[in-house]
Amino acid sequence: MSDLEVRSGHDEPIPNPGLQEHQYRPQDVDPKQARRTERQISAMFLVAAVLFVGFCAVYVFVDADETFLGWSAQNFGFGFTLGGALLLIGIGIIQWAKKLMGDHEIVEMRHSAASSAEDRTAVLADINAGLDESGIGRRPMIVRSLGVALGALGLPALFVLRDMGPLPYGHRNTVWKKGMRVVVDVTGEPIKPSDLRVGDLVNAEPAAFFETDDEGKPLFHGTELLQAKSKAAVIVVRMRPESIRPAKGRENWGIDGILAYSKICTHVGCPISLWEQQTHHLLCPCHQSTFDLADNGKVVFGPAHRPLPQLPLALDSEGYLIATRDFPEIVAPSYPRLAHDQKKLDEQA
Amino acid sequence: MRFSVRKLSTRRRHRFAGPLVLLLGLVLAGGVYAALAPSPATAEQDTAREVEAGRQLFEIGCASCHGLNAEGIETQRGGNFGPSLIGVGAAAVDFQVGTGRMPMAQTAPQAPRKKVAYDAEEIKQLAAFVASLGPGPAIPGDDYTDIDSASIEDVREGGEIFRTNCTACHNSVGAGGAMPNGKFAPDIRDVSPKHIAEAMITGPQQMPGFSDDIITPEEKRNVIAYVKTLKDSPSYGGLGGGSLGPVVDGVFAWFIGIGGLVVVAVWIGAHGTRVKKK
Repeated sequence: MSDLEVRSGHDEPIPNPGLQEHQYRPQDVDPKQARRTERQISAMFLVAAVLFVGFCAVYVFVDADETFLGWSAQNFGFGFTLGGALLLIGIGIIQWAKKLMGDHEIVEMRHSAASSAEDRTAVLADINAGLDESGIGRRPMIVRSLGVALGALGLPALFVLRDMGPLPYGHRNTVWKKGMRVVVDVTGEPIKPSDLRVGDLVNAEPAAFFETDDEGKPLFHGTELLQAKSKAAVIVVRMRPESIRPAKGRENWGIDGILAYSKICTHVGCPISLWEQQTHHLLCPCHQSTFDLADNGKVVFGPAHRPLPQLPLALDSEGYLIATRDFPEIVAPSYPRLAHDQKKLDEQA
Repeated sequence: MRFSVRKLSTRRRHRFAGPLVLLLGLVLAGGVYAALAPSPATAEQDTAREVEAGRQLFEIGCASCHGLNAEGIETQRGGNFGPSLIGVGAAAVDFQVGTGRMPMAQTAPQAPRKKVAYDAEEIKQLAAFVASLGPGPAIPGDDYTDIDSASIEDVREGGEIFRTNCTACHNSVGAGGAMPNGKFAPDIRDVSPKHIAEAMITGPQQMPGFSDDIITPEEKRNVIAYVKTLKDSPSYGGLGGGSLGPVVDGVFAWFIGIGGLVVVAVWIGAHGTRVKKK
């Protein structure tokens, strides 16, 4: 008597219907059909082999800069041959398994996943013997000192992780200083107020990034330039003077509606230059912090909670835009010791 | 002194006689040409006709929002139905009308690109009319749009300017991006060089302007050449997907790609041909 027959007794709420009658596949009943399927599968495998050779042909004969339907012809060829060959092998194996391999239903009965009672007792006995021999219960000092040692393992990790970057503090100054010209980024051209119309935007940099020393070497280069740029980059915008509401002490920081603000978002420091000329809103692409540049860079939306630092502008004797001083506020993403650094910056001024 | 026929005839072999006759002939021809040739004032009359035709089109199609004299119409709350067009120049008209943004179909956060309502001649007339209201940027010429003359170095420089000034809103390949309150920076890959140049010069809608003093016409041409190079370069990864980057590609591959494979595997397991025969 098998398991199946035992369980189909009258104690079940619904009588066991038993297994369905086996239905045969075309290949099981018709040897001709079986042979045809076999041929089909072999053909797939052989075509796959040809495609693998085709892959090598593409590698040798198709140049890297040729295109096919706007795609790279070489990449397309690689994908078509290799992908096609693997797909054909996959389809072939599935066909083989489903159409030709053995086809009969198997019933596997469920049973408890737990080990037998003897096994469990034996394992517990082993563990207890081990605990007993190690003396964990009797020698608490060893256990506690091991705990201290393993806890101290975390200390090297702290030191190593700290080296991943300088801790953010002391970001007080940028390269801007009194009299430095504001120049167009990329080209380094100085800017006259007449160059800007209402609604215009200039991504600008301090002139120092385009200057050279006595030997003709640039003042800033490499990593140093990138780091200085990441603090000193500004955007210069022009609005109607009557739409600007300068805070007390900032009345003369602009020239006829031309204002300069830091390009570094005060939230996490993304470069920010999505300027809506009609709303006077500057939007950060990272987390949608929005600053109103007509209102002293005030945060009007988003996670930033400090206004955007403003660079006070003036004109030099030749009529070009210059900064009258460095940023009075810290240009950086917000960080724990910012208030402390800001106090130092105020004392310095 | 009197010239008798005899005197003339005795001097006909004088060494200055030939040049003198030539000079007389030239003066005569010039005089006749000046008297009969079409007068140069016609070009001015053409412009005047164009402006007049533009005014008529404007009064029908634009004045309801921009005012009969293009002075703009203010709302009671200080906003406007349509801004003043005095001084916006022909470039702004050619961009707004030439890309179908104007006339607007409805009030919306932003006027989108749509089917162009006027033909080239009418756009020219409208532009001439608005240009006649006050000085403003003209429709950009070849120095902005002749991108074939840009060398590889020019394109490289254009790329640097593009990445500094444009990518924040328009995406690193010009595919566009979202802005607050239902606004968006449009896809610029299929925009004609002339219209890209006009957008940079005039700063349409929320887009800031980039004046020729800050980014010169040649630099604008280089930027356009760079954008077009991006579009023409083959897509080595197959479908571009707006070049949004590996995170988007990964999400697509893991959820759509592998999810699809699971569905296919289940389908294969559940299907197969069976026959009634034994």
